[in-house]
Formats: sequence, C-alpha cells, structure tokens
Amino acid sequence: MKYTLKKFVSMIVTLVVVSLCVFLAFNVLPGDPAVRMLGLEASPELIAQTREQMGLNDPFLVRYFRWFIAFVQGDFGTSYSYSVPVAGLVANKIPITLTMGLMAFVITVLISIPLGIVTAKYENGILDRIINVSNQIVMAIPPFFSGILITFVFGLILRIFTPGGFVSYTEDMGRFVRYLFFPSLAVALPKISMTVKMLRGSLIDEAAKDYTRTAYSRGNNTNGVLYRHVLKNAMIPVITFLGMALADMVAGSIVIEQVFSIPGISRILLTSISNRDYPVVEAIIMGIAVIVIVVNFLVDVIYRIVDPRIGIE
Amino acid sequence: MIKRSFMKKKGTSLLMVVLTTLTIALSGCSSDKAGDSANVSEATETGTEAVTETQTADATQETDNLSKLIVGIPQDIDGLDPHNATGAGTREVFYNIFEGLVKADENGNLNPAVASDYTISDDSTVYSFTLRDGIKFHDGSPVTVEDIKYSLERNMGVDGGEPLIKAYSKIDSVNIIDDKNVEIVLKEADSDFLTQLTVAIIPASNEHPETTPIGTGPYKYVSSSPQENFIVTRFDDYWGQPAYIKDVVFKIESNMDAIVMDLEGGSIDMMARVTSTQAAQLSDKFEVYEGTMNLVQALYLNNDVKPFDDVRVRQALCYAVNPQEIMDFVSDGAGTEVGSAMFPAFTKYFMPELNDTYNTDVDKAKALLAEAGYPDGFEFTITVASNYGQHVDTAQVIAEELKAIGVNAKIQEIEWNSWVSDVYTDRKFEATVVGIDASTLSASALLSRYVSDSGKNFVNFKSDAYDAAYANAQSSNDDATKTEYYKECETILSQEAASVYIQDLPEFVVLNKKFTGYKFFPLYVQDIASIKPAN
Repeated sequence: MKYTLKKFVSMIVTLVVVSLCVFLAFNVLPGDPAVRMLGLEASPELIAQTREQMGLNDPFLVRYFRWFIAFVQGDFGTSYSYSVPVAGLVANKIPITLTMGLMAFVITVLISIPLGIVTAKYENGILDRIINVSNQIVMAIPPFFSGILITFVFGLILRIFTPGGFVSYTEDMGRFVRYLFFPSLAVALPKISMTVKMLRGSLIDEAAKDYTRTAYSRGNNTNGVLYRHVLKNAMIPVITFLGMALADMVAGSIVIEQVFSIPGISRILLTSISNRDYPVVEAIIMGIAVIVIVVNFLVDVIYRIVDPRIGIE
Repeated sequence: MIKRSFMKKKGTSLLMVVLTTLTIALSGCSSDKAGDSANVSEATETGTEAVTETQTADATQETDNLSKLIVGIPQDIDGLDPHNATGAGTREVFYNIFEGLVKADENGNLNPAVASDYTISDDSTVYSFTLRDGIKFHDGSPVTVEDIKYSLERNMGVDGGEPLIKAYSKIDSVNIIDDKNVEIVLKEADSDFLTQLTVAIIPASNEHPETTPIGTGPYKYVSSSPQENFIVTRFDDYWGQPAYIKDVVFKIESNMDAIVMDLEGGSIDMMARVTSTQAAQLSDKFEVYEGTMNLVQALYLNNDVKPFDDVRVRQALCYAVNPQEIMDFVSDGAGTEVGSAMFPAFTKYFMPELNDTYNTDVDKAKALLAEAGYPDGFEFTITVASNYGQHVDTAQVIAEELKAIGVNAKIQEIEWNSWVSDVYTDRKFEATVVGIDASTLSASALLSRYVSDSGKNFVNFKSDAYDAAYANAQSSNDDATKTEYYKECETILSQEAASVYIQDLPEFVVLNKKFTGYKFFPLYVQDIASIKPAN
C-alpha cells in the first residue's frame, strides 16, 4: 500500500515536471502567439491589446499556475488558432490515432504468431530461411519509408486505395477503417518481424527443455506438444513484448499520420507547435505523458502483486 | 530431435493456421480493394454524371447541379471569424463565403457586392453606399444597413478596443441614412479607402461568428474539422452569378511531399502554388495554369547596418544580382522580373522600365564597392525562413552570384516564427530573401512600408524624398496625380536601391481536367465559383 502510494506521488510529480517543461519551452521558443494570431500586418497596438487579453504579459509562474489550476479542474483552455475548446478538439482526433494503433496491433498478432510457429517448427527449412531473410529486411525499413513504398505500390500502381483519401469515422466507419488498413500495416511491419524472431527463438528454447521430452514420452504427438505445452510457455516473453509494442505503435503512428495525410493527434500536435498554440500542445503532451506514466505505474503495481520480493526502493 | 519430429509430422493443422491467417489477410486486402475501386468508380461516376448533367443542363438552360470539387490547401483555416482571420491562406478561401461592400475581380477592379452602388465625395472624405436589393445572408435573413454598420464598427474596434484593421482608425463614423443607404465619414481624405471596404459584412444577430460563419458569398459554410477539411456548399439565394459546382471541400494538405501522389491518386482535384517540378510530374490528367504569385521577392537589405547603410554598396549588389539567372535556376525560367516594390498585376502602377536600372555589370559593381571602401568585398548573412523553398533556393543563387564581386554571403535558414520575431519584428538581420504581397488592391499596400517611420519598414529604409512623394500620393484626390506620385516612390526605391528587387514568383495551379475555368487574381484569392465541370 505504501509502495502504491509512493508510486502515485511520483507519478503526479512527473506530470507536473512535464507540464512545466512544455510551458518553459514555449517561453524560450521564439514566436509570439498574438502575432501568430493577428498576422504580420497587425498594428503594434492591436498586438499589445491582444497580448493583454490573452494574459501573455503576466509573469511566467502566474501564467503557469493559472493554466495548471484550470487543467486540474478539467478546463483545458481554448485553442488560439481554432477558437474552440481544446478538450473537444483533441477528443475528436483521439479515435483516429487510437484506431490506427489498435489495428496495427491486431495485424501484428494475426501475422506474427502463425509465422513464428512455422519458422520454429520448420527450423532451417526453406520457409524458415525465406521468412528469416525477409524479417531482416523488413526490420531494417523504418515505418515512414515502408509507408511511402506502400502508398506507391498499393496506391498508385495497384490502385487498391486512394492516397490521401482519408474518410473520417464520423462520416463512414467502413471506409475509415479501410483507409487505415495500409497505414496500420506500415506501423505493424517492423513489429511483426520482431515478434516473429522473438517467438521463433522462444519456441526453439522451450522445445529443447526437459518437459518437452516428458510430454512426448507421455504419448503426445507433435502438435499436442507444441500447442498444449511449448507454445504456452514460449508466449510469455512474447506477450510482454507485445504489451510494450502496443504503446510504441500508438506513438509510432505519429510519423505515419504525416505520410498518409491522416488528420489525427500528431497532425494537430505538430501544427499547434508551429502555431505556438500552447493550450493544445500542453493538453496533448499531458495526455501522452499520462498514458506512458499510467502504463508504467500499472506494470509496477502488477509486478509487485506477482512478485512481492520487489521491494520499495 | 524435436525439430526433426516437427519436420517429420509436417502437421497439416499448422499449415491450416498459416493458410487461415493468409486468407484473413488477403480478404482484408480484397475487401479493401473492392471498397476503394468502388471509390474510384464513384469518382468517375461523378465525372460522367457531371457531363450528363451539363448535357441536360444545356437542354434545360440550368447550371450543373451535381458535382464536387476537392481543393487542396497547404495550411489550415486560422479561425472562422472573418474579421479575426488574418492568414493569406484563410483569406483566399473566405473570398468564396464572405463579401464586403465591394469585391475584387480578377482584373483588379473593385465591383459593388453587398452594396449595389456607391459614391465618393469630391474631397474623398465621405463614402456613400446603397444596399443591394434583396441580398440575403446564408441563414436566409436579409442584409440590413445595421449589419453593415455593425461589421464596419467591429473592425474599427469601437468600445475602446484597438481597430482590427489599422486603416479603420481613419473612420470617423458610420452613419445609417435610411434603410437602404449608409455613409462612411473619414477623419481625413483618402481616395484609396474603397480598397479597405472588402471587409466581410456579417449579420449583427450572429452571436458566435467564431464558430458559425455566416456571409453573403456564393458558397456557404457547412463544416470544418481541424487539420482535415473545410466544407462549403453552393448558396442558392446568392445575388450574383451562381457557382457551378455544388459541393467544395478544402482539404488540408500539410504534407507538401504527398501532393503529387494525392493528385494522381484522385483524393484532390485542385492545388494552387505547386512547384514547377511538381507540375511537371503530373500526368496529362491535369491542366497546369501558370500565373504569378503577386508578390515582390527581393533580397531585402537592412539599410541600418554596415555596409548596407551605404547606397553604393546596395547598388553594387543590384548590379551583381541577375534576376533572370535566379529564375532559370529556381523555376526553369518562369517568373517576372521586378525592379521596385511593385508587382506587374498592378498594371496601373507597375513600371517595367525600372527593371533596367541595374543591368548585371560586375565591373561597375566592383567599382562601386571600391568607392564605398570595400575593394576586397565583405561578408554578410542572408537569413531565410526554411519553410519557403523558393526563397532558400534564390538565396543560394544570389550567394553564388555575389562571389563574382568578392562578396561572401552566408545563408542561415531559420524557422518561420524565428524569422517573424528576429527579422521582421526586431529587425535584427543583415539581409533576407522573402516575398511581400499586398493585402488590399491599393499601391499603398506595398509602398507604405518604406515610409521612414512605418512600423512595417523592416528594412529601415529612410528617404525624405520618398516620404514626401508618398505623403503627396496619399493626399491627392486625383487618380492620375496619385499614380504619378506612387510611380515616383517606386523610382526612388529603385534608384536608392532600398533592396535588391528580384521577381514576382511564378505560380502554378493544377486542376483536374474534369474541371475548367480557373482564374488568377491580383490578390490572394481562389475564386471557386468560376470553376465549372469541363464537358
């Protein structure tokens, strides 16, 4: 209990530090949000008046705490560039990025597990070798580049999808998911090769252990041994890896959103940074930080439950 | 051993797993394929529908009803309130939705829009407007003189606020004469003030102009999604020539590298300001329109810092820089040379003869430098905003050209926000390459910034002769005299070499051949209402 509490306190401290860093960055970065809003032709008087209205003339800490108190109360502020509440703006974009991350995860699981089993089962066979070589290649290609290749091959040559033809989930759910298939594939590809490699190694290791021979001696056939015993044990490290990969895939979609012109969280984040629209940037970064910290926190807590030997440092 | 037994068994069930997975993956693909090929056929259907529609339209003498145009725009709309949206990219979209008392056409004329007629008093202090009969807002309510007064006063910043448009501080009052007529009384004479009256007239009753935009233009607002799109549809009660295309989607294309793919793939039909390289990559499915961007690109020199405080040094740079060579390198020779702070679309004011004030002459440049005390040249930095490829390329060509006269120019690329604060606002720079456009259809939009004490005079140009000529232009009410004074201003800028004027950049607009009718404007405008299906 004390441990959990301690972790919880450190989580809050981390969030405060993160938000302070973002605020500080905007203080240091050149670019005045008021000028950004009013344009280069605006008179200095109008800019001064707007800065006053936006509260930009207040000292740094005053501005920070004003933002912080509102944020804690659930008021994320109003976007400078869109004049709409930040909460609604970001909430509309979350499903896009999240769907893509989840689809990438599903694709990874569906493709990598059967392939991993095949490579292990036919270790050093032709299929194994082919898969191994392609694994090396796929792992070496960064998602943004495979994204460009996919767009080129499936979009322009085979015409399976329209590049840039994104349809929002509010309009047509089916076409939305369909458009996200290829971007998700681009995100998933490197993860697929990693998972296949991992599962293969893990299966081969497990198959060499004594309990496998025992299982055979009890009269099980190969498939029985494989699915009832070996696979179960081999999956444990793979599941841990996939858990980590899921968070990574949501983050990895940031680059892919640019390549496939998907108006998700990252597009808003990047444009808000260049527009000096810090209420939006703060909200998104805090959201990402919360996800990362909460996941870490839960993992810590679960480890503690599973293994009470993990002490309180 | 295990491996061998796995091999021996050649488990058919495992094969099944693989096959099932593959089937799932493949069916995923094929359903995708079906869906998107449906898309493609939808698109072509729209095309054919458009054609048949136009055919029937010919018969019924009606304009085509069923069509949709997707226009790519490089940046998002910066707010839905037309009085607070300042981005050039926003203004060019809003041209289709909002109208002022007057409205610019493609020839640079101001035509009556919300007003049907206007008169300007002889001393240019009273502008009187007659409200157009039967004109309606997009919500169906009629436009009233109160709406005009409200819209203008909102820009004047009544209630003690600062005016949203600086020129509106000149307005003394907006008076309602009767329910058809309204007059604007100025504090001082300004015969150019009509150019400021393109400001959107919006309904006074609309309490949330920042979320529900209502105007009087040929298109009305439907919806918008940040970083995704901005959708409008034809306004059927429009007072003027109705638009041809019913639905128009402005799609935000922030990834400039994806534009060619998106155009080829069919997810956008039109894109303005593509590069000459991009235009060349597009297939014969697209019509490429070539025009000019209507801006003055120059190597802007900070007249306050050494050595640019010496007119001979500035002139030497003018002799050393060859605009044609820049055009050849940057955009395959496209572009129009300018010799002063005026671009050719302002035909009335543009002086082509100023292009010859400084014809490339390396010896003369060297002589001028020697005279100014720099016989061995000098070093300086050109600060360029990195997001503008053409300006960066231009700076590179200039740096090469200047080597001939022993001047070593270093190029420093900075982010746009830093450029705005360091170069434009704080004027901490030696030289920069940028394009300056005009926000209104008046010569003063380009020339006012060179007045010694102007807040926009980021090059710190100072000339008493210029200030006098500009003041004369502002105060004269006779158009011919005014034009003469503006031309005098341009000549002074050229002779004093306020900066190294280069060119009006070429603009390439690509439009899917299913459509036609694109028109270039002398301002930042995309007039979608004039685009029609090709048949």
